[in-house]
Amino acid sequence: MNPIAAPTGDELLTILPELLLAGGALVLLLIGVFAKNSARAVMMLSMLLVAAAIVVLFLVPVDSGPAFYGAVVLDPFARFMKIATLVASLFALILSSGSRRKEVSERFEYPILIMLATLGMMVMISSHDIIALYVGLELQSLALYVLAAINRDSVRSTEAGIKYFVLGALASGMLLYGGSLVYGFTGQTSYEGIAAAMIGHDLEVGLIFGIVFILVGLAFKVSAVPFHMWTPDVYQGSPTPVTAFFAAAPKLAAMALLVRVVSEPFGAAVDQWQQVLVFLAIASMVLGAFAAIGQNNIKRLMAYSAIGHVGYALVGLSAGTEEGVRSVIVYLVVYLAMTLGSFACILSMRRADGPVENISDLAGLSRTNPMMAFFFAALMFSLAGIPPLAGFFAKFYVFSAAVQAELYALAVIGVVASVVGAYYYLRIVKIMYFDEPAAAFEPMGGQLRGVLVLSGAFTLAFILFAGPLNELASTAAGTFF
Amino acid sequence: MTDWPILSTVTFLPAIGALLVLTIRGNDAAARKNVFHISLWTTVVTMILSFIVWGMFDETNPGFQMVEETAWLGGAINYRMGVDGISVLFVVLTAALMPLCIIASKFSIEKRFKEYMIAFLVLETLMIGVFCALDLVLFYVFFEGGLVPMFLIIGVWGGGRRVYASFKFFLYTLLGSVLMLIAILAMYWYAGTTDIEYILSDVSFPAGMQTWLWLAFFASFAVKMPMWPVHTWLPDAHVEAPTAGSVILAGVLLKMGGYGFLRFSLPMFPLASADFMPFVFVLSVIAIIYTSLVALAQEDIKKLIAYSSVAHMGFVTLGIFTMTTQGVQGGIFQMLSHGIVSGALFLCVGVVYDRMHTREISAYGGLVNRMPLYAFAFLVFTMANVGLPGTSGFVGEFLPLVGAFQVNTWVALFATTGIILSAAYALWLYRRVIFGPLVKDALRGILDLSRREQLILAPLVILTIFFGVYPQPILDVTAASVDHLLIDVQAAIDADAALTTAQTP
Repeated sequence: MNPIAAPTGDELLTILPELLLAGGALVLLLIGVFAKNSARAVMMLSMLLVAAAIVVLFLVPVDSGPAFYGAVVLDPFARFMKIATLVASLFALILSSGSRRKEVSERFEYPILIMLATLGMMVMISSHDIIALYVGLELQSLALYVLAAINRDSVRSTEAGIKYFVLGALASGMLLYGGSLVYGFTGQTSYEGIAAAMIGHDLEVGLIFGIVFILVGLAFKVSAVPFHMWTPDVYQGSPTPVTAFFAAAPKLAAMALLVRVVSEPFGAAVDQWQQVLVFLAIASMVLGAFAAIGQNNIKRLMAYSAIGHVGYALVGLSAGTEEGVRSVIVYLVVYLAMTLGSFACILSMRRADGPVENISDLAGLSRTNPMMAFFFAALMFSLAGIPPLAGFFAKFYVFSAAVQAELYALAVIGVVASVVGAYYYLRIVKIMYFDEPAAAFEPMGGQLRGVLVLSGAFTLAFILFAGPLNELASTAAGTFF
Repeated sequence: MTDWPILSTVTFLPAIGALLVLTIRGNDAAARKNVFHISLWTTVVTMILSFIVWGMFDETNPGFQMVEETAWLGGAINYRMGVDGISVLFVVLTAALMPLCIIASKFSIEKRFKEYMIAFLVLETLMIGVFCALDLVLFYVFFEGGLVPMFLIIGVWGGGRRVYASFKFFLYTLLGSVLMLIAILAMYWYAGTTDIEYILSDVSFPAGMQTWLWLAFFASFAVKMPMWPVHTWLPDAHVEAPTAGSVILAGVLLKMGGYGFLRFSLPMFPLASADFMPFVFVLSVIAIIYTSLVALAQEDIKKLIAYSSVAHMGFVTLGIFTMTTQGVQGGIFQMLSHGIVSGALFLCVGVVYDRMHTREISAYGGLVNRMPLYAFAFLVFTMANVGLPGTSGFVGEFLPLVGAFQVNTWVALFATTGIILSAAYALWLYRRVIFGPLVKDALRGILDLSRREQLILAPLVILTIFFGVYPQPILDVTAASVDHLLIDVQAAIDADAALTTAQTP
């Protein structure tokens, strides 16, 4: 047993963004408790801290190797995904600050919980050891459970929180069990150790069980079918700003973790996890496409849409190639932008007597609010994967990776599912553009409008910078190959 | 000046016009007028530029001309534009039909005029892009992107069943084209590039792979064309679309299918094309005879013309897959001629629809008494639709039949009956709408063509007759490229046959 050494400067630099968020969250908690009516200030400060963490990530050196006895690592992939996650959290905070809901704007705990969840995500993305993975995942999950139930006076919100908690705890248990099996059969918890232990001989059945359990746990977190049941209820029940947060950052982080887990420790077991991922991808795409058709609540619809999109991202990952990982990264970034923009619209769906959530409330939006309708329609076409919008290129890359890996059946099922999926996105466009106007919404707040325009512009102009973004994603994906 | 990227200019000028239109505020008559003028002048300038492209085009060169290239998606997927003898005239057709559509919409579109013009201008960019793209992915982006504005045009400004028609149009065509996307990706990984010019000249796909790729492309183009039995979206879309939408749909969008066959299916998958030749012939002949019969039974003028379009597209697929010079040349000519004639027919329907707000054949009759000019214009286009010698329709039907006759007499025989049927439905339609006594009270006050309508229809009448009498300008442009294409296809088929013979012990 080596004596525990004090952390070196490099090690501290590796986790500097995490330290910033952790320390900042604790200080903000103190401010929130001791200073009266400080919710607004805490919100602003948390945004600043998240932004600062993004800046720090750009500055710290990358690839100084695993730190803290191999627990965490900051490689190009981690840096890219962490920046994306932090951006997602930052925008979720901006969207929340534009919300007029009391439970969001008057509770100082809200931004702090988002920061803690984000901290957990960053640990997940950087994890280089099964224990670190679990710790990060739980920190994220616990914060998310509370966020789902933050509107404690609403039955729906508490129901969402409980549901999320029970099912999430089950998934965490499976993941932990899988981790213990892997440890039992390889004698290692670090990714490097596991990967090394797997080379050179046949995989034992127990180890395969372990891999499958870990995949199940992660599939729950990314809400892939058949572990998606919680998603529609949680999306619908949580306050809308919370849903906006759920739809973006945690998805991103969990997918990043999935990419890391299948590429690093289990890279040698491609044949084993590939079948699992192919199944998850097909089931998610098909269910996401068909189940969304019957939805009338826009948040539920977005939940099924999210399930479908996770399926598409998994298509890229199941290719098991560098091309595949690159396509997943691009897909996640594009999906992030589209989701945030869509939720900016959903958050603006409010009339004098409160927020509304039915799709039919959007009727005739193209005449009552042409700007919002235009961007929302662009986002819908983009989510449906119609060129020349961003969503098309995201799908293009994942299918490209699948075709390269000769997963033709998967690719064909995927594109056919995307046609079915196009139906419900078109339905929203139809309601906004073809139907007679319903009562107008209240004017959009500045924050919401800003987020919507940014994401709309990203979606429309993506065709111009698809190449450079692809280059960045290539660097990130190169970490594993 | 020679380095000026003229094709990109032609392609994206309408999009810039759309941006200008977007900046206009207000909903009053003045704003409407500004919107109209910006749109009109944008399309007119685009048209003039497309004529310049035609003028700069070297007819003796069978390869791609005015090629532009810029890095785009990284890897081997680049932004490449260029035209050859097959595509250049489609660019001209698109650009030339557009100003007419804009003028035709001036009064018939009452609500959301600005958005309507934006949709049309964006659509023009995407349509011209389809014919100029020299990269598979770029082609696909333009090809599928066109669905969005057309979906909105049908859905927002269409008739009673517009929602149904727009969804059917969108989902049908999308389903066809996503399979093509997979094929494009497979080609990318096989060839290492999506450069159309390079794939045409230097890549030959293995025979087994060709079959699958051919089927995937066929799914897309057959729906777009449309071929029997996947044509059912077309009548719905036509009937519900506003007049200008129908013109573009029949005049340009349908041609993308035929263009696709010529650009991809035939030269890139020659072996599969030869194998599937009988299959395409059967579908084409069924399309010609069956949809002509269906047209005979229609009571809606637009629907009748829509079904006749399907029949006419049957001649195009027939001609293209004969793989003879006459057949392919005739297929291209038929597409261009049909672009003019069917566009004109839909404009003619629009003229009476604007006055009477019905498309029922039974609501009309005896129009010749009140509208002699209209009767004349409609007569010319009806005759061209039938394929009367002296109109462009004749050349377009005769050449594919000559090609078919060389390959298979029976196919030619059955296809020719289609001309008789087309005479039946077209002349019967004309008799019911134009001739007979003017007995309906509603029609007594109907006015003949206005100056604006004359301005729209006159050039089309002239072109229809001019190309019927003197088709040479079009055939000259296409000749070199078509010959080049057919020589390559034949070489590939011969090489394969030689290989098979060599392998047989």
